[in-house]
Amino acid sequence: MDYIKAFIIGGIICVFAQILMDNTKLMPGRIMVLLVCAGVILGAIGVYEPFANFAKAGATVPLTGFGYNLWVGIKESVNQDGLLGLFRGGFKMAAVGTSAALIFSYLASLIFKPKITKN
Amino acid sequence: MKYNQSHTEYNKYVEIVTPKHSTFKNCLNAFWVGGLICVLGQLIHNVSMEYFDLNKDDAGSVTSIFLILISVLLTGFNLYKKIAKVGGAGALVPITGFANSVASPTIEYQKEGEVFGKGVKIFTIAGPVILFGIFTSWVAGLIYWILLSIGLL
Repeated sequence: MDYIKAFIIGGIICVFAQILMDNTKLMPGRIMVLLVCAGVILGAIGVYEPFANFAKAGATVPLTGFGYNLWVGIKESVNQDGLLGLFRGGFKMAAVGTSAALIFSYLASLIFKPKITKN
Repeated sequence: MKYNQSHTEYNKYVEIVTPKHSTFKNCLNAFWVGGLICVLGQLIHNVSMEYFDLNKDDAGSVTSIFLILISVLLTGFNLYKKIAKVGGAGALVPITGFANSVASPTIEYQKEGEVFGKGVKIFTIAGPVILFGIFTSWVAGLIYWILLSIGLL
């Protein structure tokens, strides 16, 4: 059941982004920024948590889930440290995804050579 | 092509040579490609919880790390591009799309040097995503803190 929910919900989020891309000519980078910010806002207004509990990986694998994580980090650290937490929480929760992407990408650049591809 | 084309003629020409995409087909492809990536994430999540006894948070981290690793490897072997060609937003929206957008310019610009090639280009997409993600969450956190302070939450 987890898998079916992940497939359908994750798929639907991608369809939304595809519709956005086809109709607005937004570049992929902007779509990603939008998704992360949307995740933060949906988290902040309390919508994303029940959604993630329902959809599991369907909600956490898309970049909206990354944004939601940022919000969770901020919220927890504000609860803990008050105003100072505003400057701690975001990166705390973004750490795993960002570190993994940076480290693996740098390692990959030591191993792989750029390829010239024909379209 | 004539040299002295009018504006409308040129626009017509552009319309003819621009590849036509069917939104329905794009959406269908985005749906199953994005859906499958999420299923893979769910699989990693479930395996790490059931067989490696990780709690929910740790399993989530492990899932992200593995999806990113897989995506970076596929990028290195030049395969992620092919997935993205079929899947469109389906390959872009999951965290694998983010990893691809970090790895791809890092590999591509290695000739320009370690610092100003890889070091700068690695943040081509990651930079804006991290900046606006962190900033939005900071603003949301500030509002949350204010609401807490005045006793509304």
